[in-house]
Amino acid sequence: MRLKTYSRRFAPGAWCVLLSAVVAVFGIRPVGAADSVLRLATTTSTVDTGLLASILPTFEKACGCRVDVIAAGTGQALEIGRRGDADVVLVHARSAENAFVAARHARERFDVMYDDFVVVGPVGDPATIAGVPLARDAFAAIARARSPFVSRGDQSGTHMAELAIWAALRLSPSGAEWYRSVGQGMGEALMFANEERAYLLSDRGTWLSMRSKLANLQLLVGGRTPEENRDSSLRNQYGVMAVNPDTHPGVNFPLATRFVHWLLSADTQRAIGAFGVDRYGQALFYPDSAFKPAPGIDVVPGPR
Amino acid sequence: MNVLTNLINEFGRPELLRIVALTLRVTGAALFIATIVGVPLGALLGLVRFRGQRAIMLVLYTGMGLPPVVVGLFVYLLLSRSGPMGSLGWLFTPAAMVTAQTIIAFPLVSGLTMSAVAGVDQDVRLQVVALGASRWQSLWVVIQEARVGLTAAIVVAFGGIISEVGAVMLVGGNVEGQTRVLTTAIVLYTRQGDFAMAMALGIVLIGIAIAANILLLQLQGRLRDR
Repeated sequence: MRLKTYSRRFAPGAWCVLLSAVVAVFGIRPVGAADSVLRLATTTSTVDTGLLASILPTFEKACGCRVDVIAAGTGQALEIGRRGDADVVLVHARSAENAFVAARHARERFDVMYDDFVVVGPVGDPATIAGVPLARDAFAAIARARSPFVSRGDQSGTHMAELAIWAALRLSPSGAEWYRSVGQGMGEALMFANEERAYLLSDRGTWLSMRSKLANLQLLVGGRTPEENRDSSLRNQYGVMAVNPDTHPGVNFPLATRFVHWLLSADTQRAIGAFGVDRYGQALFYPDSAFKPAPGIDVVPGPR
Repeated sequence: MNVLTNLINEFGRPELLRIVALTLRVTGAALFIATIVGVPLGALLGLVRFRGQRAIMLVLYTGMGLPPVVVGLFVYLLLSRSGPMGSLGWLFTPAAMVTAQTIIAFPLVSGLTMSAVAGVDQDVRLQVVALGASRWQSLWVVIQEARVGLTAAIVVAFGGIISEVGAVMLVGGNVEGQTRVLTTAIVLYTRQGDFAMAMALGIVLIGIAIAANILLLQLQGRLRDR
C-alpha cells in the first residue's frame, strides 16, 4: 500500500540523522559544577601573548578547578564583571577599574603587573616620529602630517590610553579622514595597520608576540624595553578584581579570591616576569604586586 | 610550498579535533531541537488555514532574515546573571550557544518546511482521503510528498548556523576547550596572525559544508527517483 512504502523509503536516512542528532544532544554535558569553574574576564593582550596559557595550568592543577577565560577589550571585560557574568576580572584601565570598585562591583583592586604602550608605525615613517621621547609629540606630528592612524575604537584599555594622549593635546581626530577607528582587538588593529601602513598605539606585549608577522611596521616610540621608555604616561598597569558577592550573589567568590591571591603570590609573580624571555628574548610583563598575603590566607602553593 | 607544508602541519594540532567535535555537537543539538519543533509547526502552517496565520508567517519570514548577531545580543541579555534567565548559569557555556543557534535555525526550518508543504499538490491529499486515509495518515502523506523541500530546509539551517560567528562569539565567549567552535577559533587565530591555523580551520569548515550538501543531493536524488 502507498502509505507503507513511503515510510519505508524515508526511514533509513531519517533515522540516521535523528540518531546522530540524539547522540549530539546527549554528548553535550552540562558544564562542570559551579564550584569548580572560575570565569575570568580579561583583555585580549593577556590571551593573545600566550601569558595566561603559560601560567594558568599551575593554578588549575593546584585548585582542581577549571578556568574559563573570556577575552575581550577592557570595556567589555568590565561590563561582563558588572553584570556578574564573571567571577574575576584582569584588565588594564586604572580609572575604569576605580569606578568599578566605587560602584561596589568589586571590594578591592590589586596591582598585578605592568607593561607599556609603544607607538608603532610604517617602515619609512612618513610623519618622522622615530625616537621622539613622548607619545604626545609623536601623535601631534602624525596629526600634522595627516598620516593614517589606526585606533582600537573599542573602549579597551589601549583605546582609553590613546584617547588620553589626544585629550592631552586638545585634539579630537575622530572623524578625520586619516583616523581609522576599527573597533577591534589589538591583534586585528596591528594587522590592519600593517596592511594600511598606518601608525597606532599598541601594548608592547602584543607587539612583540606578533612582530614577526608585521613586516610593514616598526616600533618608533618607546624604546626596546619598558625601562628605555622615556614617556611615563605610557606605563600600562594591569589590575585584578574579584567580583563582589554582595552585589552579585551568583559569583564564585571563594575561588576568585583564591585566584587573586595565587596571581599575586611570589611564585606566580616570578612566572609572569619570566614569561616570554625564551621566545622573545625579553619579558612581556613586569610583575609589580605589593600584596603580602596575611598569615592564614590560603595562597595556592605553586611548584618549586 | 613552505606555506603548504605549514598548512598541512596545522591539521595535526590536537586542539583542531576538539574544536571540530564541539562545533558539530553544538550545531547538531541546535539543529535537532529546531527540527523537532520547526518541522511540525511548518507543516501545520503549510496545511491548515486559521486566524492569525499571516502574523505567524510574518514572524517566521522576518526570522529567516534576522541578523544572527542580534539574536546573540538578545540571548546574551537573557542569560546574563543580571538577566531574567541568569540563574541558569548558561552564559559562556555550550548551552548558550545551542540556545542562540536554535533561535537562528528555527525560522529557517519551519519557514522552508511551510513552503515545501504548501507546495504539495492539493489533489494528492484529496486522493489519499478518497482512498480512506485518516486525517493523520493524509498529513503524513503530504509531509512525505514534501520531503525533498524538507531535507533542504534542514540542510540550509545547518549551513546557516555552523558558519555563524557573531552570536556564538557573544554568548559563548570563545572559551578554549569549552565554547571555542570553528568560526570563533578562526577569528581568534586571525587576530593572533596565525593564518595557517585559521586557514586549516576554514578548510575544515568548508569541508563540512560540502559534506552536508553532498548528503543533501544524495538524499534528494534518492527521494526523487523512487
